[in-house]
Amino acid sequence: MIVWSTIGMSLRQIGRNKMRSFLTALGIVIGVGAVIAMVHLGDAATRNVTDRISAMGQNLLMVQPGTRRRGPGGSRSEAKPFDERVVRALESEVSGAIFAPSASSRATVVLGNTNWPTTVTGTTNGFFKIRDWPVVEGREFEAGELRAATPVCIVGKTIVDEVFGGTGALDAQLRVGKLSCRVIGVLESKSSMMGQDQDDLVLMPLSTFQRRIAGNWDISMVYVSALVDGTTEEVQSQIETVLREKRRIAPGADDDFNVRDMAEIAETVSGTFEALSMLLSFIAAVSLLVGGIGIMNIMLVSVTERTREIGIRLAIGARGREVLWQFLIESAVLSGIGGLLGIGVGLGGAYGLCQLAEFTFAPVPSIIVIAFLISAVIGVMFGFWPAYKAARLDPIEALRHE
Amino acid sequence: MGGAVHGAHLIEMRGITKYYGKGEALVRALDGIDVTIDDGEFVAVMGSSGSGKSTCMNILGALDTPTGGEYLFKGVNVARLSRDQQALLRREYIGFVFQSFNLLPRTSALENVELPLVYRGVHRRQRRQRAMEMLDLVGLSDRAHHTPAELSGGQQQRVAIARALATDPSVLFADEPTGNLDSKRSAEVLDFLADLNRQQGITIVMVTHEPELAEWAKRVLWFSDGRLVKDGTPAEVAA
Ligand SMILES: Nc1ncnc2c1ncn2[C@@H]1O[C@H](COP(=O)(O)OP(=O)(O)OP(=O)(O)O)[C@@H](O)[C@H]1O
Ligand SMILES: [Mg+2]
Repeated sequence: MIVWSTIGMSLRQIGRNKMRSFLTALGIVIGVGAVIAMVHLGDAATRNVTDRISAMGQNLLMVQPGTRRRGPGGSRSEAKPFDERVVRALESEVSGAIFAPSASSRATVVLGNTNWPTTVTGTTNGFFKIRDWPVVEGREFEAGELRAATPVCIVGKTIVDEVFGGTGALDAQLRVGKLSCRVIGVLESKSSMMGQDQDDLVLMPLSTFQRRIAGNWDISMVYVSALVDGTTEEVQSQIETVLREKRRIAPGADDDFNVRDMAEIAETVSGTFEALSMLLSFIAAVSLLVGGIGIMNIMLVSVTERTREIGIRLAIGARGREVLWQFLIESAVLSGIGGLLGIGVGLGGAYGLCQLAEFTFAPVPSIIVIAFLISAVIGVMFGFWPAYKAARLDPIEALRHE
Repeated sequence: MGGAVHGAHLIEMRGITKYYGKGEALVRALDGIDVTIDDGEFVAVMGSSGSGKSTCMNILGALDTPTGGEYLFKGVNVARLSRDQQALLRREYIGFVFQSFNLLPRTSALENVELPLVYRGVHRRQRRQRAMEMLDLVGLSDRAHHTPAELSGGQQQRVAIARALATDPSVLFADEPTGNLDSKRSAEVLDFLADLNRQQGITIVMVTHEPELAEWAKRVLWFSDGRLVKDGTPAEVAA
C-alpha cells in the first residue's frame, strides 16, 4: 500500500521536472539503446552470413593448393597448383561426388566504351550444380566448347546491368581481357555476401581460360559436392588420400593442399562476427555504466535540493526506510523509463541498420528483458547512496536547510 | 508506543537544556526547563524573541534532541527511542504546525494534507476523503488543488494546520500558527483550536506573541532567556 503510494509520488516527482528527468534518463537511454542495437545487429549479421554461406551450395567442399592456415581469412602458403591429371584422378578415384576444377583471375571486360574490371573464372558445367547456381538465360557450356577452348562466356547479373545496361547480353560479343567471347548465358542473381558482390563475374570454359587468358594449365581450386547428404567428411578423406598420393607427400608430412567445408567456414565467420559483436556490446555496456553514474549524480543533487522536503516528511512521521524507498524507487523508475526508451531506440536503430545492410531483423526477447532489468537494477544500485544519504538526515537539520 | 505508562503525565520535561556552539560562542537556548502538561490542556507559550520557544517546541515534537535533561512523552523517555520509534511517535501521536508552514512545494494542498496519512498506510480513497474533510474544516476546500505558491500566507498556515490534524493526533504543537494571519483570521483559528481542545480533547501547545490570543488558552508558559519564568493562567501571567 505504502509502496504504491511511494511509486505514485515518484512518478509525480518525475513528472514535475520532465526536462531534468529526461536528461537524467538520457544516459540510460543511450546505454541501453547501444547495447540493444549492437546485440541485434550482431545477431542479424551472424545469421545473415551463415545463411548465405550455407546457401552457396549443399555439401560443398573447396579444394585448394597450399597448406591451411588457421583463423579467419587465413591465407595459404605458396604450393604447386593442381593440374588436369590430379582432377582426373579425383574424378575416377573418389566415389559419390562431382567435381568442378576452376581457375580465376582479374580482368577487364570491354563493350564499346564501357570498361568494367571483374573476375574471370574458367570452369566446367559441374560448377552450376555444385554451387547451386543455375544459368537462367541461355545455356551452359557444350562439351565441344569445353574441349576446344571456344571463346564463349556466361556472365553474372552485375555484368548484364553494368556493362550491357540491363538487357541484350545474350549472343553479344564481349571482350574479356584481350579475348573476344560470345555471351551464351546469364547466371541467376545471388545477393551480396559480406559486402562482396557475387554476381560480378564472368565464367568461361576452363580450357578457354587456361589457353587464352592465363597462358598456363594451372587449376587453382576444385569445387566438390558430395552427392549424398552427410557424406562430406567421407568424401573429404578420400580426396585427401588421393591428393597425398598424387602429390607424393611423405607419410607424416603436412598436406600441401587444403579441403574446406562450407559449414566450417560458416562457423569461423560467425565466430568472428560474434566476437566482434561481443566487443561492441561491451563498449555499449560501459556507456550504460556511465548512464548509471549520471543518475547517481542527479539523485545526489536532488537529495541536497530536496533536503527540506525530506525534513518535512521525517517531521510528519516518515521513517528513514520510507524516505530511502522513495528515492530508490524514484531512481529505479527513472532509469527503468530510460531503459524502456533505450529499448525502443535500440530496436529502431538496429531495424534501420538491418534495412541498410539488407539483413533480416529479428528481435531477441531475452536481451530485451535483460536490458530492461539491468536498467532498473542500475537505478537501484546508483540510487542507493543518494537515497541512503536522504534517509540518514536529521529531521531538524533537514528542516533548517535553506 | 506500547511502552506508554498509564497514569503518567502526557508531557514531562525534567531539566531540559539545549546548547548551541562552544566556549565563548555557547548559546543556552534552553537552560533547564521543568514542566508537565496533561492530557486535554490548552497551553500558550510566550516570551520574547530568542527566548527558546521554538527550540522547546522542536524538542516536544521529537524533532530535536536536547543537550541534557529528560523528556518523557506518556511516561516514555524519548531519548531512549530509536530513530524509527521517534518517527512512529510523531506519526501516531503528534501534530506539528511550523512557524514557517513547511508545506511541500509544487504539491497541491490536498496532497500536502494527505501526506501524513500516506505514511500511516491509509487507503487512497479514505485518505482523499479525510484530507478533504480537514481542508473543509479550515475553510479551504475550494483551494484543494492549489499549490502552496498559489496560496496566501494565511491559507498556507491553515493547510499546515489541516495537515497536522489529519491524523487525529493526541497533541498538537503549533509554533505561531497565527503568525501570518490578521486579527480576525487569528481569532477564527484560535476559536477552531479551542473547539478542538474542548470537544475532542486534543491537547494543544501553541506559541504566540499576542497576549490577546493567549486569552484562549487555560495556561500560559512564559519563557525568558531559555528559562521558564512564569507558569499560570493568562491573567496570572499578564499580571
Ligand atoms: N540552530 C541553531 N544554532 C545556533 N543557535 C540557535 C539555533 N537555533 C536557535 N538558536 C538560538 O537559540 C535561541 C533560541 O531560539 P528560538 O528559535 O528557540 O527562539 P524563539 O523563542 O522561538 O524566538 P522567536 O520568537 O523569534 O521565534 C536564540 O538565541 C537562537 O539564536
Ligand atoms: Mg520561534
